[in-house]
Amino acid sequence: MRTGRAARAGQYTALVAYLVFLAFPFLWLVSTAFKPARELGSLHPTWIPENPTLGNFRQAFDEQPLLEAALNSLVAALGAAVVAVVIATPTAYVMARHRSTLSRMATGWVVVSQAFPFVLVIIPLFLVLKNLRLINSVPGLIMVYVVWALPFALWMLVGYVRAVPVELEEAAAVDGAGRLRTLVSVTAPLLAPGIVATALFAFITAWNEFFFALVLLKTPEKQTLPVVLTHFIGAEGVADLGPLAAAAFLATLPSLVVFALIQRRITGGMLAGAVKS
Amino acid sequence: MTDMTVATATPKRPRPARRRTSAADRERRPLDHGAWFLVLPALIPILVLSVGPLLYGISLAFTDAQSGRTEPTEWIGTLNFQDLLHDTLFWESFRIGLVWAVGVTVPQFLLALGLALLLNERLRLRWLARALAIVPWAMPEVVVGVMWRLVYNPDAGILNETLRDLGLGGGRDWLSGLATALPAVIVVGVWAGMPQTTVTLLAGLQNTPRELHEAAAMDGAGAWRRFRTVTWPAIRPVALAITALNLIWNFNSFALVYVLTSGGPGGRTRLPMLFAYEEAFRYGQFGYAAAMGCAMVALISIVLAFHLVGRLRRGGEG
Repeated sequence: MRTGRAARAGQYTALVAYLVFLAFPFLWLVSTAFKPARELGSLHPTWIPENPTLGNFRQAFDEQPLLEAALNSLVAALGAAVVAVVIATPTAYVMARHRSTLSRMATGWVVVSQAFPFVLVIIPLFLVLKNLRLINSVPGLIMVYVVWALPFALWMLVGYVRAVPVELEEAAAVDGAGRLRTLVSVTAPLLAPGIVATALFAFITAWNEFFFALVLLKTPEKQTLPVVLTHFIGAEGVADLGPLAAAAFLATLPSLVVFALIQRRITGGMLAGAVKS
Repeated sequence: MTDMTVATATPKRPRPARRRTSAADRERRPLDHGAWFLVLPALIPILVLSVGPLLYGISLAFTDAQSGRTEPTEWIGTLNFQDLLHDTLFWESFRIGLVWAVGVTVPQFLLALGLALLLNERLRLRWLARALAIVPWAMPEVVVGVMWRLVYNPDAGILNETLRDLGLGGGRDWLSGLATALPAVIVVGVWAGMPQTTVTLLAGLQNTPRELHEAAAMDGAGAWRRFRTVTWPAIRPVALAITALNLIWNFNSFALVYVLTSGGPGGRTRLPMLFAYEEAFRYGQFGYAAAMGCAMVALISIVLAFHLVGRLRRGGEG
């Protein structure tokens, strides 16, 4: 309304430029995934495949153990999400409701842990997991993912707990409900959407994670999707583009779907943790 | 308990006052047994698998730990750090890491701020931009790397094809060129991290009071002035937090560049994390790699301290 015509036009031009910048690499990936080998070798690649094919997908499954990798990724991500949320929720509750020294230390740790390079953590974890014979095993990877996801899970959950009015709990206490009863029948239902969002976020981060998986998983049948994807790129950096694009496209779909579901809640939780603490 | 007494004794007391009592009461509430019981499940894994390894990792920096060695590891004092001081490859990698971290974080923030401001307006296509903004954020970093390899591919890539169409020449091998490799991966870094920054800033923008904006407009303040006096002060805490986090994340980033160039050509994109990874898991020099990790923490702490102190001070003056 206040904005002039020229300004509006400028805004739309900028928005379209952003849209192009954000979208084109992904569209190119999809385009490449459906191109037959002959078009991929052509010196004048086109946006729309002239003879679209599913051959790249078949070839991708033939070349690399994608199904096993997807299963490993799924187990690792689900395990990490469930365990992280189960152990983080009670702690987040205490951190949000009691401002004790312990809560402050925990908050400090959440921040500090963000600053440490993974190398400093992975070398000792590698040695410890090796002694426990948990190298090259998905349960070992889950342990690492849980620790890695905990700070962020705590951060988000503390924000969600603060959003539950403490008056409701007090009212329940006045009505004679015990502490556990209050938590289970008053707090938990209100917190449930936040817990689900946190779990899904932990799921995606674990599903997408690469570094720890690269270091800890040695044999192809144990590796997760991101690690297996890199096997499409040979030594010398020469890649079989079609199958690579097809596999990369498939590996992204679960994250995209889950992320679309929770995007709003994640931002809310992150902000609550960042601003209100 | 005290809370209840207050509430029953003075039932007509205004609600805000009651709230404050309850909050103050909460502050003083010590951790009882029940609370400890709730904290322990997270405390133990954090201590065992996070604080513990971190301390162990720092201590490894002072040893000659190597992978697959049979003799026991020995303390060697600060020898690793002295070696680091003279390791020109490491300093070069450090420099590249800084160029990368700043080169990604700054454009990332500016582009994200622009997009967030646009998305905060009532524009058509806004839903599409919001949906698209999710894509890079949700993608596995490895896929982002793979995708941009396809874009940068010298023959089958869309970038060179577009340049050829525009008559700007072609056949450039972006990721293998000594001069183009680092800028090329920085663009990918900006692309990959922009959405998260945008969405965070947008959420901050939506918390700014609209009335203030309208009042400023009534007083005849132009767009830039409104931004300076109303919008920026409101989103500054969020902006500060997200740029600090971005700086850390970018400096410690690994997967993107590992997939794009593996640190090449000739080490031009060898970020400190890639260097330390190779040192630890290709050459098995655990102690030396741990020392590198410590140096990275020290450096990022210094940069962050400057960033935060500088921004906070400027905020105080403005």
